[in-house]
Amino acid sequence: MPAINVSKALDQSHASRVFDLSEMPLRELNQALHNLTPGSNETAWEVLHPKGSHSVAVGVDQPITIDVRGSVGYYCGGMNDGSSITVHGSAGPGVGENMMSGSITVKGDASQYAGATGKGGLLVIEGNASSRCGISMKGIDIVVQGNIGHMSAFMAQSGNLVVLGDAGDALGDSIYEARLFVRGKVESLGADCIAKEMRPEHLELLQGLLDRAGVTGVKAAEFKRYGSARTLYNFNIDNADAY
Amino acid sequence: MCGIVGLFLKDKSLEPQLGSMLSQMLISLSDRGPDSAGIAIYGAPTGNEAKITIQSAKPERDFRGLDAELAKAIGAPVSIAVKSTHAVVRTTPVKIDEAREAIQTLRPDIRIMGAGDVVEIYKEVGLPEAVVDRFDVRSMTGTHGIGHTRMATESAVTTMGAHPFSTGADQCLVHNGSLSNHNNVRRELIREGMKFETENDTEVAAAYLSSQMAHGKNLGEALEGTLSDLDGFFTFVVGTKNGFGVVRDPIACKPAVMAETDQYVAFGSEYRALTKLPGIDNARVWEPEPATVYFWEH
Repeated sequence: MPAINVSKALDQSHASRVFDLSEMPLRELNQALHNLTPGSNETAWEVLHPKGSHSVAVGVDQPITIDVRGSVGYYCGGMNDGSSITVHGSAGPGVGENMMSGSITVKGDASQYAGATGKGGLLVIEGNASSRCGISMKGIDIVVQGNIGHMSAFMAQSGNLVVLGDAGDALGDSIYEARLFVRGKVESLGADCIAKEMRPEHLELLQGLLDRAGVTGVKAAEFKRYGSARTLYNFNIDNADAY
Repeated sequence: MCGIVGLFLKDKSLEPQLGSMLSQMLISLSDRGPDSAGIAIYGAPTGNEAKITIQSAKPERDFRGLDAELAKAIGAPVSIAVKSTHAVVRTTPVKIDEAREAIQTLRPDIRIMGAGDVVEIYKEVGLPEAVVDRFDVRSMTGTHGIGHTRMATESAVTTMGAHPFSTGADQCLVHNGSLSNHNNVRRELIREGMKFETENDTEVAAAYLSSQMAHGKNLGEALEGTLSDLDGFFTFVVGTKNGFGVVRDPIACKPAVMAETDQYVAFGSEYRALTKLPGIDNARVWEPEPATVYFWEH
């Protein structure tokens, strides 16, 4: 553990660096973010007028905060590794795709495949998420305060998906070891996904996720847990209809 | 890919800006499809004329003198407004079918883009900006319109393969996706007497809707039918004389976002297409649900 550098800590109170995408090209923003090195003083960034731009703040690998003032297009915060991104608007398809660590908060809604293939970090959608939320998730934690669409958590491998609202059709189809917590109704479960008992360790895990996502006034006990029945792990001729 | 847009005005004061608003929406999606682009604009009905939008690869040869020859052939007054490779033929509504047949006889190389009381359709190979400039779409007024920029998958990159496709009076459709049962549906529609100009899958979807509406269904019911009768990927945006509809297939891979205010209903493949619309920051913006029909009528 390195000693805390007091002067560096004070530097962090500097005003945030502002990028106005109506005046600057997106590549300049992303290049500036990629140029950051460990210990940089530029820890607070603000992006103005994103107007649905694709790939805003992808591939950031430093522990900085980025406030995006408006709605974004495809792949915002993709591959994020350690930064804290807040989208003050809605996000297009693939927000936080393949996130490694850090956090992304979307104040509005998210389109298809939010958090797809994510390996770590926390993705919070304060509105609704669309279809295929958490598809193939590999360790990411996703908390959706509204509803999620169909085919969410398809082939989800690990991590946690928490939904305060309802889930669409075929939730958790062909799921591996991810845990799914849904407070509302589930339209239908996908192949090999089943309701599971909520044991004390799950209540504790879920409460921790709700706390990290800043969700208040909701109890872990209000959710149901879903996960893999583990009958599709290996080929079994008796399961041929389910494949 | 492909990019599609649609705009249905509720506020009459915006009608003079329809062409410029729709053009800007389509141009913003240029990188979703570089092959060809097209726009259909529904103008205000005049009550005493009908329009046929025609296209020719040799407009100077084909459009010269056509008004007089056509007027003589159908025995009614005809006017022609030429815009680059396209022209809008105007005549009395009762003569519209006769005029259509006469055009094909008088000028066999002319392609009919669409016909009706209010619709005009412009489409060509090239980027949206080039197509919009070529036909001066920005200056057009109207009540609603749809547009498309194409990344071709199912048929050749030609003017006739561009969207919108029109297969019935004042009806047209743009499509993002690809249909897998279009050959079969085309065969069934041909048996019913529908005519096709291309091998394109989207033309089949347009003809399917025209056929359903010809059987008495309204736009909403016709769109509902696509969910069971068409197989493949689709987000459709459809215009009729006084209506505007949207439907996505049940898998809904193809992106879609909508916005509604007191002034308009707008559709875009992406939010980028909507960002310059008036009052967008306070609009209700949502992603249309899979397998759900949305439609509005004036």
